[in-house]
Amino acid sequence: MNTIPIEHALLLAAVLFSIGLIGVVSRKNVILMLLSVEIMLNAAGLAFVVAGSRWIQPDGQVMFIFILSMAAAEVSVGLALILQMFHLNKSVDTKTLGKLCE
Amino acid sequence: MLIVFYLAAIVAIISTLFAVTRSNAVHALLYLIVSFLAVAVVFFILGAHFVAALEVIVYAGAIIVLFVFVVMMLNVGAETEKSNDRWLSIKSWGGPAILAFILFAELAYVIFTKESIQTDESIVAPKQVGISLFTTYMLGIEIAAVMLMAGIIGAYHLAQIKKVNRHRFLGGEE
Amino acid sequence: MINYLWLVPVLPLLGFLILTFWGKKMSKKTIPFVGAGSVGLAALLTIIIGVQFLLSPPEGNFFNQKLWTWMSVGGMSPSIAFHLDALSLVFIFVITFVGFLIHVYSSEYMLGDEGFARFMSFMNLFVSSMLILILADNLALMYLGWEGVGLCSFLLIGFWYKDSANAAAARKAFIVTRIGDTAMALGLFMLIVNFNTLNIQEILHTAPSQWSVGSSTAVWVAFLLLGGAVGKSAQLPLQTWLPDAMAGPSPVSALIHAATMVTAGVYLIARNHVLFELAPIAMHAIAIIGAATLLMAGFAAVVQSDIKRVLAYSTISQIGYMFLALGLGAWAAGIFHFMIHAFFKALLFLGAGAVIHALHHEQNMFKMGGLRKELPIVFWTFLAGSAALAALPLVTAGFYSKDAILWYAWSSVNGNIYLWAASFFGAFITSIYTFRMVFITFWGKMKTHVHTHLGNAMQVPLIILAVLSLLAGFIETPHSLGHITIFADLLSPVLPEVQLNHGGEYTEIILQIVTALTGFIGIFIAWHFWYKKPALVYNFKQTSLGTFLHGFWLRGWDFDRFYDGLFVQPFIRLSQINKDDIVDQLNIGIANLVNWLHNVLKKTQNGNIRWYATGLAIGLILTLTIVLFL
Repeated sequence: MNTIPIEHALLLAAVLFSIGLIGVVSRKNVILMLLSVEIMLNAAGLAFVVAGSRWIQPDGQVMFIFILSMAAAEVSVGLALILQMFHLNKSVDTKTLGKLCE
Repeated sequence: MLIVFYLAAIVAIISTLFAVTRSNAVHALLYLIVSFLAVAVVFFILGAHFVAALEVIVYAGAIIVLFVFVVMMLNVGAETEKSNDRWLSIKSWGGPAILAFILFAELAYVIFTKESIQTDESIVAPKQVGISLFTTYMLGIEIAAVMLMAGIIGAYHLAQIKKVNRHRFLGGEE
Repeated sequence: MINYLWLVPVLPLLGFLILTFWGKKMSKKTIPFVGAGSVGLAALLTIIIGVQFLLSPPEGNFFNQKLWTWMSVGGMSPSIAFHLDALSLVFIFVITFVGFLIHVYSSEYMLGDEGFARFMSFMNLFVSSMLILILADNLALMYLGWEGVGLCSFLLIGFWYKDSANAAAARKAFIVTRIGDTAMALGLFMLIVNFNTLNIQEILHTAPSQWSVGSSTAVWVAFLLLGGAVGKSAQLPLQTWLPDAMAGPSPVSALIHAATMVTAGVYLIARNHVLFELAPIAMHAIAIIGAATLLMAGFAAVVQSDIKRVLAYSTISQIGYMFLALGLGAWAAGIFHFMIHAFFKALLFLGAGAVIHALHHEQNMFKMGGLRKELPIVFWTFLAGSAALAALPLVTAGFYSKDAILWYAWSSVNGNIYLWAASFFGAFITSIYTFRMVFITFWGKMKTHVHTHLGNAMQVPLIILAVLSLLAGFIETPHSLGHITIFADLLSPVLPEVQLNHGGEYTEIILQIVTALTGFIGIFIAWHFWYKKPALVYNFKQTSLGTFLHGFWLRGWDFDRFYDGLFVQPFIRLSQINKDDIVDQLNIGIANLVNWLHNVLKKTQNGNIRWYATGLAIGLILTLTIVLFL
């Protein structure tokens, strides 16, 4: 039953990763930027799992679990920072962060 | 099974695209849930059942809920709506698209220039994953645990909004 | 008591430390007790050790005391160890004893100076360094003392540093001796390469079996060590610093620039005599340098008007005699002359210092005159010292030491008629300039009145040194006069005896009589030209030849001008060209590049978070491209 071409599965990961990259670079809303980062992380995890199932090794899934926990920690901290940012600037637009440079 | 895979893949791509392009944050989050569910299906097809379950529970469940909470708390839906027009201009859109396309082309090149391999019977049972996780990757698990702990404490600390919490150089109005 | 040898250099060092840290708080009465007392104790200890050493000589006629290992690097481990044998015993006796007398003298001479404690502490440090130099068991430790005395010399010449001329003289002394020290350091490196040790005794034992006589390595080492000795002992061609070094206080001139430090070169050569015997060319070079120097300095001394400069040139000349003796292989004679010279030259410097002190810092002899009655003790002791310097026969010690050198210049294997003639003529000039100085200073009309009268602290050392200058010669007399050889016997376990070539007892007697007569002729000439008829000299000075010779010799044969044109001016010109330091341009260029990059990169830090994200993406793509396609 499992005759999924490995290339296609990896291609899916690549597509998702690229879309996530577009999101990170182009969005102005910090929340959505963070969201795009999640997409990219997810795509990377997908690539790991695909590779793990190719070699029938648990390592790919283990890596995914690590990515998952990392993503959870990152989101919690990132969202907390966004809360603070909103509190300071009354906005979630990235342009308001440029003040730090001036 | 192949058809299911391709279907799930198409759903994942489309919903991700929508998630990235929506101007309303809540809409984007809903599309993202769909994307994660689709990826979970792909995991399932690949034989990684345990991970598929984790994807649904942790990503589509916990993490997205966090996002939703924040969006609700800040009530930024309306504001993002307003910046819609500017965002869709080619100036802000073109560059990232080109970058992403180059990256995608390179990844595709990597994938297709290697010799084709068919996946066969390849269910990696949760038991195997668990054994590997708590033997080979014991240190990694502990580090991840510490990191999560640090994340929780950091989030708690950072999210506290004190009465006077302005940077002295930023000034601004209260 | 011999086990307390380490205390000999440590006592003055303690004095130095005490005076350095607490000298400013001490009263002027306690400072001399620390300064002179530490040296006095060292002298006492030296005498006790010396007596014990002579009465019951230790096994092998030397005593070695290792305190600790200094360092251990690359298989070589020089230790802090002291080596006492007859040679070093003679030197430490002279240093501590004469040093003590000079310290006592300076406790009165320098009392009024605001830097009294500083002066005493430097003097103590000098004595300590000099003792380390002499007692060192290895050349590394010796080099430590060597540089230590150089430092003290620098500090004390520039003691009155507020006058820029004194500071310049100090710098000159330091830099000129540094040239010799560099050569010596190179010599030490060659010894390390060849023997993998710097222990003097080991080197002296292994060198003859390892090197053949006249082998190029031996010659190189000998000449490099000779370079160090020449620099320190102010011999040709590095003698120019010593006359200027008279800028320091008179006790400094007496201790450092007459009695002890300048003879360190003599000690170095005598100590390593085996190495020099392996290089006969170097031996000849030493003899020729000595002969040339003693003549050159003798002529220069005749025309000087500053009393201390006369003595400075005389010192150069007398060390020339010592070098001549060493070059002839007459080691014991050289060391003997060192000891006697230390007595009478210290005496002369102290006497000159007393005159200068009494006349309130007047150094020009032609403004003195007639001091015979005013300063009787100074006069008589000065006369004794002058007689010893001029080597008046029979009654002075200088006669016995110098006569030995003259005799060996004639009769030893290395000697020849030219060396003898040079040393003979040098002795003649010596008696001229010595008594010229005496007649001008102490006879004639009084031109400056005595301001200060001298206390016992200044006069007693003069008397003791005068007695030694007259009587110390009797421990070593020639064949014709009793043939006492106490001194040569003492040194015989350390230094080989001189090898005689020709010359019988009658020749010796004839030569002695000739030498003695020339001494008297010299005195007569001095009396005739500078006391009886000074107009003759004055008229001669007016002629073009006289003016030229006077100026030429007054400036010490124009060595300063020569070196100035040859080395100093080109160096200054080079440094002016290179004022902005070419090497610096490279560093400045790097700094400019970094600054430029900083400005470029600063532009990327524009605070736009999307810009950063784009940067990350571009970096990712670039990395992938490099990994995939390159």
